[in-house]
Amino acid sequence: MATNLAHSKATGGDTESSSDNDLQLESVVIRFAGDSGDGMQLTGTQFTHSTALMGTDLATFPDFPAEIRAPAGTTFGVSAYQINFGARRVMTHGDEPDVLVAMNPAALKTNLDALKHGGTLMVDTGAFSSRNLTKAGYEENPLEGGDLSMFNLIKLDISKMTLESVKEFGLSNKEALRSKNMWTLGLMLWMYGRQRQSVIDWLKGKFAKRPEIANANIAALNAGHAFGETAELSGDLGQKSVGKAEVQPGVYRTITGAEALALGLVAGSKLADLNIMLGSYPITPASTLLHQLAALKQHGVVTFQAEDEIAAICAAIGASFAGSLGITSSSGPGIALKTEAIGLAFSTELPLVIVNSQRGGPSTGLPTKTEQSDLYQAVYGRNGDAPLPVVSASAPGECFFAAIEAVRIATKYMTPVILLTDGYLANAAEPWPVPDFDALEPFPVSFVEPDQEDFRAYRRDETTKARNWAIPGTSGLEHRIGGIEKDYDSGNISYSADNHQRMTDMRAAKIQAIANDIPEQVVALGESSGKVAVVGWGSTYGPIFRAVESARAEGLDVSHIHVRHVWPLPTNMGELLAGFDKVLVPEMNTGQFSTILRDQFLIDVIKYNQVNGQPFKVSDLSARIHELAQ
Amino acid sequence: MNKLSTKKLTAKDFATDQEVRWCPGCGDYAILKAVQKTLAELEATPENTVFVSGIGCSSRFPYYMETYGFHTIHGRAPAFATGVKLANPDLDVWMVTGDGDGLSIGGNHMLHVLRRNVDIQILLFNNEIYGLTKGQYSPTSRPGTRSPSSPTGSIEPSLNPCAFALGAGARFIARTVDTDQKRMPSILARAQQHKGASFVEIFQNCIVFNDKVFADFTEKAVAKNRQLHVEDGKPMTFGPDAEFGVRRIPGGMALEAVNMEEAGISEGDLLVHDEKDHLLATMLVNKSGVDGFPIVLGIVYCDPMPSYDSQVSKQVADAQETSPNADMKELLFAGATWSVT
Repeated sequence: MATNLAHSKATGGDTESSSDNDLQLESVVIRFAGDSGDGMQLTGTQFTHSTALMGTDLATFPDFPAEIRAPAGTTFGVSAYQINFGARRVMTHGDEPDVLVAMNPAALKTNLDALKHGGTLMVDTGAFSSRNLTKAGYEENPLEGGDLSMFNLIKLDISKMTLESVKEFGLSNKEALRSKNMWTLGLMLWMYGRQRQSVIDWLKGKFAKRPEIANANIAALNAGHAFGETAELSGDLGQKSVGKAEVQPGVYRTITGAEALALGLVAGSKLADLNIMLGSYPITPASTLLHQLAALKQHGVVTFQAEDEIAAICAAIGASFAGSLGITSSSGPGIALKTEAIGLAFSTELPLVIVNSQRGGPSTGLPTKTEQSDLYQAVYGRNGDAPLPVVSASAPGECFFAAIEAVRIATKYMTPVILLTDGYLANAAEPWPVPDFDALEPFPVSFVEPDQEDFRAYRRDETTKARNWAIPGTSGLEHRIGGIEKDYDSGNISYSADNHQRMTDMRAAKIQAIANDIPEQVVALGESSGKVAVVGWGSTYGPIFRAVESARAEGLDVSHIHVRHVWPLPTNMGELLAGFDKVLVPEMNTGQFSTILRDQFLIDVIKYNQVNGQPFKVSDLSARIHELAQ
Repeated sequence: MNKLSTKKLTAKDFATDQEVRWCPGCGDYAILKAVQKTLAELEATPENTVFVSGIGCSSRFPYYMETYGFHTIHGRAPAFATGVKLANPDLDVWMVTGDGDGLSIGGNHMLHVLRRNVDIQILLFNNEIYGLTKGQYSPTSRPGTRSPSSPTGSIEPSLNPCAFALGAGARFIARTVDTDQKRMPSILARAQQHKGASFVEIFQNCIVFNDKVFADFTEKAVAKNRQLHVEDGKPMTFGPDAEFGVRRIPGGMALEAVNMEEAGISEGDLLVHDEKDHLLATMLVNKSGVDGFPIVLGIVYCDPMPSYDSQVSKQVADAQETSPNADMKELLFAGATWSVT
């Protein structure tokens, strides 16, 4: 398809509005792909911010390599950022990009398969040198043959135009070329009628100490924008309009899962009237939470970057023993190292929140890719009988509420709680209606008052069965606890066989009874009985919802059930599932939640699994739902 | 304990009602007694005192102290103690560990708690053997130690705990002997008063699996000839009549122990101990017991610097002072927001 050079109406000045003869689109999926050093994540995030500020709904998917700076130009060094934005409610980052921006041959090679047939492919010809082509494994320049004829190919020498635009700042060639992501962003902002101001403000802040860099980037951004405006291009390179989404009134901000998680943990600690002590050790993709919380000291948050994963959780448990809300955060391999300490926290019945931002496993696996394969680890993975509540988050903004729920359960029941999120949720962004903090129900903890006659460390609340929490510094309550089995009442060491039976039963019953204190399982979409239930948990919410929605639009009898409380399961779960002829369980693992559902309810669930490091595609899920529902 | 009570606590007030379950004759009993005595003398408040331990014979210690106590998991006591201190820096935190718990499985944590200088007291009971698991050699066992796991003799060089602590950056290093009830309380008191991590190695006899391993310098008959008790500002002498002393070898750096009379020198020619002298401390702990040099005991090194926990608290306090109105609402609305009507 050739680019149509018919005139579009060039609007004067710095207007961001779309022209009269532009294209009205309901939603668009754009993927920015380039070298790790090309700044694609920044380009994507800035496009996201600008888009969100326009009131368009969106979902994003940053996809980057595990290597920090892989050799330039290689396929394994390609970093990509996908955004789906639109005038309707956006639930996923989109199956296939409508637009692919490829900043070099390697980005083209690794991302072209994803591009929708007939989609727009924009390339920086300046980066298609023979050297880069060779590094990407191309024997011939793909831009020159007819191989790309199924796409709307737009060839622009972005490198050259960027260099031109920043000439006056006297930067080295290498430094000047770094602005080409901003040139590209400028053009894309023009193309979709987005504002530049938020990007300009951000650049000024980021490069406050190097104004020449800030100015060069702003110049490149403006040049890209001006190119769109003055090049008199239209059609596929013309301006397109994506309307505002119909969303609930309120104040919005963009938020990633990691940000929402940090806010939720702080909110939870305030609702519990406790200070946070986060013990953490850097690990992808969980480190962001450590960074977020380390910046919140003004809220009384103490963060401790420990020497290893074990020390991180042990310090958090020590803090809980001393009266703080201990939190630890990691990903699968780190959680594995924490396992013994989790058992101690369970046995000493101390509150603790353990966040697992899951990534591809086993072992080091795929550090920057998403997966849900730590569910067994969360539900079963300890020595001894040590059941734990497991809460999962289903969307970036929802991490806020999942975190509060984890804090509530941990403090109310004096138990560690595992909070499952994943690499996709941690990094993905969405517009988020800022919640009203004052409307959230507080759940303040109460420590045992000083100098209680007849104090016993393991005396329990009659309803919750939580043991009382007496903290060091309180006179008259001196006591000792540890990992050795404790007497049912005093908490002193007890090797009595009967006592161990009683304590094991009590601990299990306490956790199981949490099922009575969580909401009954609801149906996210559709009827509460029927032909097919699609049951998910965690970050698969978006694609499952969309797939079920489109199946229902075609008249198929399908419902979507999404589980937040993975353990203990809601009390009505078995009954609910029994109301469907077929239960389909899509998971980004080999069937771990399926195992749990089969075990708990003796139902023959149908597995649907994917472990390719990517979120589900709506189209793939739809195909399977069709097979089952017809 | 009621804070208003004016009754001075005695060592017995720091003992719990739990039956002590160490082997009869274990060196741990003597250490327990000395610690209880020290706390009474320091007029410590039981409610503000926390004993944290890992796993091993020595790690049962908290159960016998009428204070707050946390018997945790193997090797990790330094991390738990750090967490306790970060949550409440006002607490007086003691950590009890052994040579296996503290230097083998927990070596990494020991390194970092010392490097960070967390304000706790670390009592390392060194008996050069794994007691609770029935007598395997430990990282401080001497090469050639025969044990169930080294029937033909261990082949690993042994670790020097005080040298390790110095290398890790510890700012307070002391060493004593379980039976030395006369000197131990004052060393423990100094450790408690030191702001920062205090590392105290205690030679502790395991009567069952490694009996008399320290006899060559702890037996009454030889103790005075084999023990050098260093004191800040005092010349380094030892021997029944203080007839021995430590000096630098003439024309060199290395330390040597000499009979003053034979060497034709007097006390004024001896090295004077300086707690703040890192190099001297390094030489003392490395020379200790080597080639006839006496075993160095007492406060070998003490040179305070700000503790980790105090600096963490300060950063939090500073942030709170800078943003006095930091509340949840402000946090939620931070950054760019937009309204949909």
